[in-house]
Amino acid sequence: MKMDMSQYLDVFLEESKEHLGSLNHKLLDLEKNTDDISALNEIFRAAHTLKGMSSTMGFEDLADLTHHMENVLTDLKEGMLAVDSSVVDILFQCFDRMQLLIDQIESTNSGKMDNSDLVAVLENINTGKSEAASISDNASKEAEENSSSAGVNFVDDNSFDFNQYDITVLKEAISRGFRIYYIIIEVDKGCLMKAVRAFMVFRALEEDSEIIKAVPPAQEIEDGAFEGEFELFITSQVNLPDIENRLSNISEVRVKEIREIDLSSITARKVSIAASTKAAGINNKLEQLQPKKTQKSKQTVRVDIDRLDNLMNLVGELVMHKGRLEQIGANNKIGELNETIEQIDRISTDLQAVVMKVRMVPIEQVFNRFPRMVRDLAKDLKKDVEFLIEGKETELDRTVIDEIGDPLVHLLRNAIDHGLESPQIREQNGKPQQGTLILRARHEGNNVYIEVEDDGAGINTARVLEKAVEKGIIDSREAEQMSQEEAIELLFSSGFSTAQSISDLSGRGVGLDVVKSKIESLSGEIFVDSTLGKGTKFRIKLPLTLAIIQALMIAVRDEIYAVPLSSVDETTLINKNDIKMVQNQEVIMLRGTVLPLFRLKSLLSIPGNDSEEQEMYVVVVRKAEKQIGLVVDTLIGQQEIVIKSLGKILSGIPGLAGAIVAGDGNVRLILDIVTLF
Amino acid sequence: MEIASNLHFQGSYSEDNEVQVVAFSLGQEEYAVDIMYVLEINRLLNITRVPRAEKHIEGVVNLRGNIIPIINLYTRFNINASENEEDKRIIVFQLDDMRVGIIVDQVSEVLRLSKNDIEETDKVYSAQNVDHIKGIAKVNNRLLLLLDLFKIMQ
Repeated sequence: MKMDMSQYLDVFLEESKEHLGSLNHKLLDLEKNTDDISALNEIFRAAHTLKGMSSTMGFEDLADLTHHMENVLTDLKEGMLAVDSSVVDILFQCFDRMQLLIDQIESTNSGKMDNSDLVAVLENINTGKSEAASISDNASKEAEENSSSAGVNFVDDNSFDFNQYDITVLKEAISRGFRIYYIIIEVDKGCLMKAVRAFMVFRALEEDSEIIKAVPPAQEIEDGAFEGEFELFITSQVNLPDIENRLSNISEVRVKEIREIDLSSITARKVSIAASTKAAGINNKLEQLQPKKTQKSKQTVRVDIDRLDNLMNLVGELVMHKGRLEQIGANNKIGELNETIEQIDRISTDLQAVVMKVRMVPIEQVFNRFPRMVRDLAKDLKKDVEFLIEGKETELDRTVIDEIGDPLVHLLRNAIDHGLESPQIREQNGKPQQGTLILRARHEGNNVYIEVEDDGAGINTARVLEKAVEKGIIDSREAEQMSQEEAIELLFSSGFSTAQSISDLSGRGVGLDVVKSKIESLSGEIFVDSTLGKGTKFRIKLPLTLAIIQALMIAVRDEIYAVPLSSVDETTLINKNDIKMVQNQEVIMLRGTVLPLFRLKSLLSIPGNDSEEQEMYVVVVRKAEKQIGLVVDTLIGQQEIVIKSLGKILSGIPGLAGAIVAGDGNVRLILDIVTLF
Repeated sequence: MEIASNLHFQGSYSEDNEVQVVAFSLGQEEYAVDIMYVLEINRLLNITRVPRAEKHIEGVVNLRGNIIPIINLYTRFNINASENEEDKRIIVFQLDDMRVGIIVDQVSEVLRLSKNDIEETDKVYSAQNVDHIKGIAKVNNRLLLLLDLFKIMQ
């Protein structure tokens, strides 16, 4: 293919990932309920689309793998193969490989990978040689008896597999007075144009007969892709000698065998196939072949997140200039203009809301990869886990979605590893063997709550205290005085865990301090409820969006800053004379508690001179559990701000969380209270 | 984005062995940058100081809703800025996915330089800011220092 496909690569990757996602999802459904035909159909569709896309893009290895998957899936769909755990496992392996391939394509642009191992396994399944196909001895014996009792001397070759559809066709043909013939055609060894001869055979038969089944498949036969001979099942009203006669008139072709067979032998064979694939309930299932509900696809447009950011910027600009217009209208007292501005105001507010809404993504995107992870993990750790997901349609800002995955992985891992007990222990403790792990998301006001709840052993606070003392985080005296809540809080202190970082998932450490700091960086909070012996619940509270927050605008000398309202407890006016010095630190008594004071002008070395006023404004902010007073010159007011990143060059400056474009077009900086001091 | 910057690179060194540059002055010296990296040239916008940033960061500006950091090459190269605020400009560059501006005293012109006229710096120049200079071009009687923008970003 000469066409340059690189421009489609992004779309390809994006869509492939989506299909992989649904594949993963449906595979899990299938594993849970092997009769789930609609899941099977979805899987087939995903694999089929992936095959098409990858071969168009020239990623042959991926196309080949999906092609073989598709073959197996077709068999599964048509009931010629039973869905069991070994098949699902193999499909999962294929899925992993596909993911690997897609990742490789994304990073290196090339999709070369040797998949012969998996392809071989898939082919084995397909030809019925896999374990799955040969499992139940008893069943197949029974089937043999069935077929012999039908009294037909037939069945020993393995090559014909009739599915329900074929059988229905055959039945119908017989009811209309057709007969079924089995023919083996031999083509001369010296024949140069096998395909032509085969075609002539087909032509000769198709006059008044129908070819129900061919081995190899008819398409391959017509392409000449067979060795010496091929086999056919046909239905016809013509007598056997007529057919034989007609076929033997074709040169270089010989009818090796031709005989009439009756339907019962085929249905018996059908049983044998069903039995040998260990599908006791297969016929059952075939009746339910109609998918319960085919999913209706929503009409969507894929948009680059950058474009949305851009749109957001433009809307911001619009709002800003609207502000200027208002100013002009007010200054010049133009009534007409003011009316129009009011309209613009309404429209731009709506526009802003719409753009914000567009950025919202269902948390499903993150949640979808967890069932597989939990399944694998539970298998590895020999735990029996029922994993429930609730509220996956809950929407969150795209930026939060991108960041929340890792902390959740961590919490889920912890729950399976440390929370849930092994089935034996659970039974000893009078709990059901299967542990329950719930991942839940919901809206509440302007926040989204995500909960990870298990019904495991709970947090053993005595053990936590012991470990904290051991690690030197607290001393034994402190430990004695600690409340239950304070002890649990220790889990989040750095140095408590053994894992180095949040990506260090292989470490069995808790690493909750990293989870906590990640969530705090998203302006969220994390809480723990735990009852010993009953279970643990981690609750994460997140803002709906990171892009727009409420902020308090303050001024110091000539500079204006924004303080996120979420970290402001209160504002107060203090008298200079009330300030006291404790260990070289300015403090003030605020309703009985000591409040340390920091002057923003010295913290940020803000240039300029001013005479110290007798009274000064203090913004009381919260850092972790402590309150700190921030001395500023003026409180400008509360405002909804659109947060913008400072960019790569200026990232990581302590005390700064980002920037905003103020109504007058100037840039103002947002203070990050956690890193300011 | 990546494709676009590659194109820029190819475009700037066209087949006839020429490179187009924007020439500007910093104090008494004349500098030039590859025009393909230049996004736009603006009058001095309101620059907001960024506390705790490195000292060669002059601050940030709002460029149609985007926050652009502004680098002060005077402090970086130890040059005295001109007094004439009227002629000062901000040149905004696009480097890969990063945008950044520098303040210059005056933007003089757009020039075509033959690559033959550009000498590599290690042969002729050994000042402290040699790291940021890709080469020196001779145009008539002028000397233009070609800035290496990627080094400046670091």
